[in-house]
Amino acid sequence: MDTARRGETTTMTVPGPQAPRTRNDAEIVLAAEDLWLIYPTAEQPSLRGVTFRARAGEFIGITGPSGAGKSTLLACLQGLVPRSVTAETTGSVRVFGHDVLTGTLGADGSRIGLVLQDAEAQIVGMTVAEDLAFGPENYGVPPAEIRRRISRALAAVGLDGMAGRDTYALSGGQKQRLAIASVLMLEPDVILLDEPTSELDPVGKAEVFEVVDRLRRESATTIVMVEHELDRLAAMADRILVVDQGRIAADGTPAELLADVALFLRTGGERPPAAAELDWRLRSAGIPLDDEPSTDLVTVLARITALAEKHA
Amino acid sequence: MSEPLIQVRDVEFRYPGHSPVLHGVDLTIDRGEFVALLGQNGAGKTTLAKHFNGLLTPTKGQVLVGGKPTSALSLTELARQVGYCYQNPDHQIFAPTVDKEVRFGPDNLGLPDAAELADRALALVGLTAQREANPFVLGRGQRQLLAVASIIAMDPPVLVVDEPTTGMDLAGAERIMRLLASWVADGRTIIVITHDMDVVAEFIPRSVVMAHGEVLADGPTEHVLRRSDLLPEARLLAPPAITVSDELSRFGVGRCGTIRDVADDLVHILGGRDAGRV
Repeated sequence: MDTARRGETTTMTVPGPQAPRTRNDAEIVLAAEDLWLIYPTAEQPSLRGVTFRARAGEFIGITGPSGAGKSTLLACLQGLVPRSVTAETTGSVRVFGHDVLTGTLGADGSRIGLVLQDAEAQIVGMTVAEDLAFGPENYGVPPAEIRRRISRALAAVGLDGMAGRDTYALSGGQKQRLAIASVLMLEPDVILLDEPTSELDPVGKAEVFEVVDRLRRESATTIVMVEHELDRLAAMADRILVVDQGRIAADGTPAELLADVALFLRTGGERPPAAAELDWRLRSAGIPLDDEPSTDLVTVLARITALAEKHA
Repeated sequence: MSEPLIQVRDVEFRYPGHSPVLHGVDLTIDRGEFVALLGQNGAGKTTLAKHFNGLLTPTKGQVLVGGKPTSALSLTELARQVGYCYQNPDHQIFAPTVDKEVRFGPDNLGLPDAAELADRALALVGLTAQREANPFVLGRGQRQLLAVASIIAMDPPVLVVDEPTTGMDLAGAERIMRLLASWVADGRTIIVITHDMDVVAEFIPRSVVMAHGEVLADGPTEHVLRRSDLLPEARLLAPPAITVSDELSRFGVGRCGTIRDVADDLVHILGGRDAGRV
């Protein structure tokens, strides 16, 4: 069962001698300091004092209810505010050290890529190859290098041999993988993903998660992923932030976060994992389950079984 | 007593020159039922549902709505009978304001109380305050609610809703499902196409499982989601509430649709501090 792997995957799938993904001395690539943001026609700020840092190579999951400010935060990190997305801000956002609220990313713009919820909204080419070439052509990358990158990017998202396909004929999962490949064409150091699986069917979701997980394992890319599928996110992320009403409501390891069932029930963003919810509800009713709260279904069921057998 | 509202009789459907997308489908939906259509993409769910409002007509067999074959009914007559909410609200929304979007359907059908119907639909989905807004400034979840409102404003006795909770957070999904459940409690018939098994187990009493153009299983959700012999063939996974309550059934846990219900049962069995609702 999926839940049985949760929390262990990050350490278990990366074999021994490799250096840990995140070092405390790694470069801070993204930083927001006491960031407040209000849109022109809004009555309430969308972000209220957000402080957050991502180090090179980290995988950060962001979750929380609709309208909490998750996409707004990504738009800031991508450097879209205030030039492309108009809003008033205080505080600061630094991307690769550039203050993007007052200046631009300059030549570092190609080092950060964004994948959106709606795959179709970001596909511009008639064919897969045309779509992939669009970004690097704009940056003046030579054609031979573009061809090399196309085969690398397609391999990375499992679409090998599909360069000639018409983009409209791709499945939802394939379109979203193409969107990720388009971002990879610029060889970014940071990839931001804004609910890339939320409009996909279960097969498409699984395809995209597999691609993101491979990226996590096989490259040094910093990844920030907004996602409602908690189990899948927890299996990949080094840290998870819960955003609620424009604030960071929680910031911790997946294990710490998933155990906080009350937080998820309060914010209404995601369904808490079944094991964590069951464990929490029983404890709240005074059922004496041993040890630490668990988010692992096998463990929780074993504890309940032991208790029920004793009771009978 | 049960009154058959939609009858699908040995239906085959194929696009010209292709192999059948549906074959041998038999299904009867009674007035007042709340039904989930389950199955992976390509299983034939949407193709079948498009037969209910006459968007498609069978290449073999018959679909009856209110006792009449859809081939003998006009699209207008069918539109009054069967409302259809698309998966992507943006494929459906076109008016410049929320209010105009919801008014369009009842006005178009010439319903005398169009304004009232529109007001009631907006109130039901909680969008009254946004009535003057442009639909595209609403969030995705609100656009989904607007799409549903614009269909229920026509007051159809049957509603087909394609993936109502896709792209929604938990609070939004529960809100829309409670809304649909209340609509059923008022005597309407609702067919929901969905992949969200947690939602099915919690809210929808009858489930129809489709795979490769056929009906694989049909019955009460609590039975269908326990068909471990059939679900893998449809590439479906029972939600945790079902598997957990089965695992614990030997201690007296009942057939639960939510983890909250499992916890409630366990608290009664094990005698927790508060043996009421957790």
